[in-house]
Amino acid sequence: MEELLRPFDFEFFRNGLIVATLAGALCGMVGVYVVLKGMSYIGHGLSHAIFGGFAASALLGVNFALGAGVWGVASALMINGVTRRRVIGADAAIGVITTASFALGLALFAVFGRAGRSFDAALFGSILGVGSEDVWAIVAVTVLVALVVFFGYRQLLFTTFDPEVAEASGVRTARVDALLMLALAGSILATMQVLGVTLIAATLVIPATVARMLTDSFSRMLLLATGIGAVTGFVGMNLSYHLDVQSGPTIVLVGAALFAVVFAVTGRRGRRRTAGLDRHATTPLAPVSSTPR
Amino acid sequence: MTPSSATELVRLAGVSCSYGGDPVLADVDLAVTARQFSGIVGPSGSGKTTLLRVLLGSVEPSAGTVWRRPGLRVGYVPQVEAVDWSFPVTVSECVLMARTHGRVLPWRSRSEQAEVRDILGRLGIEELASRHIRDLSGGQQQRVFIARALLGAPELLLMDEPTSGVDVRTRHDVLHLLEDLHGDGLAIVLTTHDLNGMAAHLPHIVCLNTEVLGEGSPRQVLTPDVLERTYGARMEILEHAGMPVVLDRYAPADNVVRLRNKGA
Repeated sequence: MEELLRPFDFEFFRNGLIVATLAGALCGMVGVYVVLKGMSYIGHGLSHAIFGGFAASALLGVNFALGAGVWGVASALMINGVTRRRVIGADAAIGVITTASFALGLALFAVFGRAGRSFDAALFGSILGVGSEDVWAIVAVTVLVALVVFFGYRQLLFTTFDPEVAEASGVRTARVDALLMLALAGSILATMQVLGVTLIAATLVIPATVARMLTDSFSRMLLLATGIGAVTGFVGMNLSYHLDVQSGPTIVLVGAALFAVVFAVTGRRGRRRTAGLDRHATTPLAPVSSTPR
Repeated sequence: MTPSSATELVRLAGVSCSYGGDPVLADVDLAVTARQFSGIVGPSGSGKTTLLRVLLGSVEPSAGTVWRRPGLRVGYVPQVEAVDWSFPVTVSECVLMARTHGRVLPWRSRSEQAEVRDILGRLGIEELASRHIRDLSGGQQQRVFIARALLGAPELLLMDEPTSGVDVRTRHDVLHLLEDLHGDGLAIVLTTHDLNGMAAHLPHIVCLNTEVLGEGSPRQVLTPDVLERTYGARMEILEHAGMPVVLDRYAPADNVVRLRNKGA
């Protein structure tokens, strides 16, 4: 028992634990919309895009939250615009924008060295660099996103399920989609340090998918995914310390193990519930006007 | 544009639509009045869903004008094929989805609970409130989306293919339900492939194939000439119990090569 509680003596661990638990809860909550809209690829791409801003701000000595934040918001709005207007194929456009940004980040680190924040931590997550400012940042983003989900619950649900009828019923679906992208960008920014850009997508997808296997109700799925995300973050961070493995991979592996258990326990019912989760995969943010006849 | 009568809800004048290629709708003139009960018929790809979406306001025409009575409340029931049946919503969550204005809290109020219960009871599906939408029959699924549309107290209900993919009994149940709603004062416009169901239940039919080719009562519209112009094939019409009955016997036009004759 004493061994289990020993890491709590260290401030960096306590900070990391708070950030990981909140990061799990935040990603679980936002992940419900990401998964149900078939936006998993956007979540993955956006985290890579933000890496470009992270690299630029680290090397230029610009405040990380400001540099990567502006970069992330710009990428999110660009992706949102491309997917809604269908300028070119949405998946191709996201691939170009996000991988180009990721490649830029790698190139900047290669040319100018790895000054400032840790390169490996950004990619795979680490609790070593977590300071009190990171704790406050994730508390602020979690509260903000929770408020958006709470007060925009009805509009978000209607837009996620049936964007065309929602628009015709007076819901400003373009604004709701943009807000969701901003929430996603904010969540990625706030959790990048602990989870790492290459693994954030898993923390968005796994809690929501596990929750979907457990319930047929949207409101319960939202609460379950948030709780599952928080628990996997908490457990994963503790295991990360004791196993001496980076925090990002440990948290994701805890989530994956939970997924396997729930998948086995819920059996056919669980598989049937998740069978249609890729339904929107080709139209991540379904535009209001498709091409009906 | 101004309405030609005080009872008009929506009026389209010279409306054309395209999605970048050939026009889907061309020069469509159509008026929907209060208490109207209309069916839009036409072959696949004739523009029925687009016309419905223009009436709804979710598709902007590329030419022409659309007038809607200010403050008009419109309900929309999508095609069952367009619904994501794996989405995690129960019947009551789905119905309440239409209530996005007036209350910001996520959970439903007591009055909203009572409203949902009343509407589900009116449609005969009250006991299904906590079921997932996938675990319902075709007719029950239609009723859930009708209930969602009715929660907004619409004056005009638009329905896309409400009778597609359901058995004969369910089809007539749905059409009888719509007759009852129309009897309560609701204007209804629906699209369908079911010519005889329309002849039996609807007083007004619009024949569409990119343009409006006929409009009026079933007796006026369901004629060999109008149907040939609409479907590009000659059809036989019989009369049964005072109603026109379209024989489902397709006679291809002269320029269509029959596959079985091809090798002969």
